[in-house]
Amino acid sequence: MGLALMVLIWLITLISTYFFVAKTWWLPVGASAATGWIDRQFGLTFVIMGIVFLAAQLALGYIVWRYRESPSSPPVQYSHGNNTLEITWTVLTTILFIGLNLMGSSVWASQRFDPPEAGAVQVEVTGMQFAWYFRYPGPDGKYGKTSFSLMDPSAGGEAAVGLSNNDPAAKDDVVTGTMYLPVGREVDLSLRAVDVIHSFFVPQLRFKQDAVPGLNIHMHFKPTAIGEYEIACAELCGLGHYKMHGMVHVVSPEDFDKWLAAREAEKQ
Amino acid sequence: MATPATVHAHAPQGFIRKYIFSLDHKVIGLQYYFLALTAVFVGMFLSILMRIHMIWPTAVLPLVGEIKPEQYLALMTMHGTIMVFFVLTTAPQGGFGNYMLPIQIGAPDMAFPVLNMLSFWTTFVAYMVILAAFFVVGGAPLHGWTGYPPLSAIQSSGPGEGLGADLWITSIAIFCVASLMGALNFITTTLDLRAKGMTMMRLPLTVWSWFITAILGLLAFGVLLSAGILLLMDRNLGTSFYVPLVVVNGVQMAHKGGSPLLWQHLFWFFGHPEVYIAILPGMGVASQVLSTFSRKPIFGYKAMVYAMLSIGFFGFMVWGHHMFMSGMSPYSAFAFSLLTMCIGVPSAIKTFNWLGTMYKGRIRFSTPMLYAIGFVSLFVSGGLSGPFLAQPVLDIQLHDTAFVPAHFHLIMGVAAIFGIFAATYYWFPKMFGRMMNETWGRVHFFITLAGTYAIFMPMHYAGLAGQTRRYSQFTEVAYLQKLIPLNTFITYAAIITVAAQFIFVINLFWSMFKGPKASDNPWEATTLEWTTATPPPHDNFGGVTPVVNNGPYEYGVPGAAKDYVMQTDPATGAAH
Repeated sequence: MGLALMVLIWLITLISTYFFVAKTWWLPVGASAATGWIDRQFGLTFVIMGIVFLAAQLALGYIVWRYRESPSSPPVQYSHGNNTLEITWTVLTTILFIGLNLMGSSVWASQRFDPPEAGAVQVEVTGMQFAWYFRYPGPDGKYGKTSFSLMDPSAGGEAAVGLSNNDPAAKDDVVTGTMYLPVGREVDLSLRAVDVIHSFFVPQLRFKQDAVPGLNIHMHFKPTAIGEYEIACAELCGLGHYKMHGMVHVVSPEDFDKWLAAREAEKQ
Repeated sequence: MATPATVHAHAPQGFIRKYIFSLDHKVIGLQYYFLALTAVFVGMFLSILMRIHMIWPTAVLPLVGEIKPEQYLALMTMHGTIMVFFVLTTAPQGGFGNYMLPIQIGAPDMAFPVLNMLSFWTTFVAYMVILAAFFVVGGAPLHGWTGYPPLSAIQSSGPGEGLGADLWITSIAIFCVASLMGALNFITTTLDLRAKGMTMMRLPLTVWSWFITAILGLLAFGVLLSAGILLLMDRNLGTSFYVPLVVVNGVQMAHKGGSPLLWQHLFWFFGHPEVYIAILPGMGVASQVLSTFSRKPIFGYKAMVYAMLSIGFFGFMVWGHHMFMSGMSPYSAFAFSLLTMCIGVPSAIKTFNWLGTMYKGRIRFSTPMLYAIGFVSLFVSGGLSGPFLAQPVLDIQLHDTAFVPAHFHLIMGVAAIFGIFAATYYWFPKMFGRMMNETWGRVHFFITLAGTYAIFMPMHYAGLAGQTRRYSQFTEVAYLQKLIPLNTFITYAAIITVAAQFIFVINLFWSMFKGPKASDNPWEATTLEWTTATPPPHDNFGGVTPVVNNGPYEYGVPGAAKDYVMQTDPATGAAH
């Protein structure tokens, strides 16, 4: 029985570890400036936790087999514990866990506490059941007013986000259902939701942030590789949650300017 | 006032007073246990339907028909709610805690037997109310067990958000009341009704775990109750605690000025301690069983007690780690993250001590022991994904992906369930006077342990690859389609593992009537429940009040006549 248990625990441990190490399923290739930091911290955490996982599970398997009761097994070691050992592993785990935590904090801080770089592209993201809309402020650099009373999700586009045509600043606002971003430039994102909570998640850009009704959340990130990336809503938002899907097209700065100019032209 | 002494002057004779509205903690414990047993089968059935729908979204199932996406979400909501409240909170604490705590401290009953009966029947009402949500117009709610508003606060936000959602929140509120009554009873009993000589540092670790769990329950359920009442008011009385100005389906709602994050703070202030409410009794049982079947004292008894106390203490200061992506102040993430990492320390201490207990022991592989060993393995595996999720910067990628259900199912789900299994196999002889079948117990264990890992390990991989949670199907997002084979594997593993649970149920009921008769102390264990008759008489000790002379885990004492010394045996003088 001890042997069977050891074999099972060891098999589970080694098979589980294999798929992590082989990266059969792994983080998608990153395409934003934060990727390096996040993936490094992830890798470090993974290595440390992996070692602890292997050590603890293999030891567990070994101990249950080694100390199984048999007629020849010696009397047990009568002991209520060992204070030196307790203190040693308490201090070690404290240093390990707290240290790991502090190492990751600078990445978090740089994305959230520092303002976006000058010249960042402004985009407002609006989530609603079950679509994403993206608004660019146009040449004036100012978002026009939107109003809840004007919102008509079934009409899509500008009407869906409730853009007020009376506001001069709204005249050049572009509202689209697909997000275009220039590569290598920071994006200054405003996140809003009109009905329930949604979450803007783009795995390749290492970016996720909830969009919450009543809040306008500012975030910034920088795409670093041209490509098409999928947006998947990450916060349960109702029956269509699984299909609240969108696309981010990261294009060259020239293509981005061309695309935006074409949208402006369509609007006029 | 019905105190244990007056209630237990003589046992009630009528069927209703003896088995239905019983004041006997043992009967109430079994009532809780069997309620949880039905609930866990309901919860498992729902999860199987979910897994089938994920892989074969258009399959037409016998009895159920084709599952629609909104029905998937209703199954998911009810699975989570039923499992968390009516299984993981009910069985370890209400079930085994009720049955064993008074006996293990040498008391004739709980401190407040009437309150005890009331808390069970209130739980029963809550259970009936939540089951009713399946059968009302619109069906069960789809807002998940966390019920984030505005989705959960606005009736028109989706199917099931009408009467079904009202029943859901009402059930939770009733459950909170029941748990508060239970918590008061547990705390009072532990503090006031300990037998002579049963000092706090001689309490079995199971009693410590139920005691600490009760304190957590007392502090947590009150908050959830208030939060639930506010949600009911937002839904039905036009208040705006949680709802700002919103437009749902093109219709502007009358609410304004509320904060969706307020609910998240209140919910997780309950929700995180709830994790420990589910797992602490499992830790207690694992400690008890590992010591008993290793024939060795628990390694570091005091460290185990302090570890549980600090897990409970820190457990109240980390709720924000569920909210790193919520729009909460990013500064507070530092504090929540650091405090969360601190919980890893006592958890690691417990693991070391469990290994230390088995080290140089004489391990007997009875079924309870297998489950306790399985518990340690799952606790390690589930625990080690914690430091990933506790780091805000990694949460950017992992939050709301399958990595999260993988983490919490291993640790608070299945590890806690393994604690329940260990407790069932361990105390069954005492509760029913018969032994369970060992062979089938072992078969059940090996399939369940392997099956559990086969289900939940791959979920980590899926989460790393970006698989979002709570998606009813993976057909709409291109990168998710690639994960369908992995998910198909999980579904098959789940079906096999769930099927194996029938081995347990059959063993349970068959042994209840046909199992070999159990002696008073079949495991050669030391705590007070093994000093009394099997099953224990109405007042637990047949008119005798036990006197405690020893610590709870005196195994292998050098020079003793046997390899174990009962707590009631003459003092061994062992340093403790």
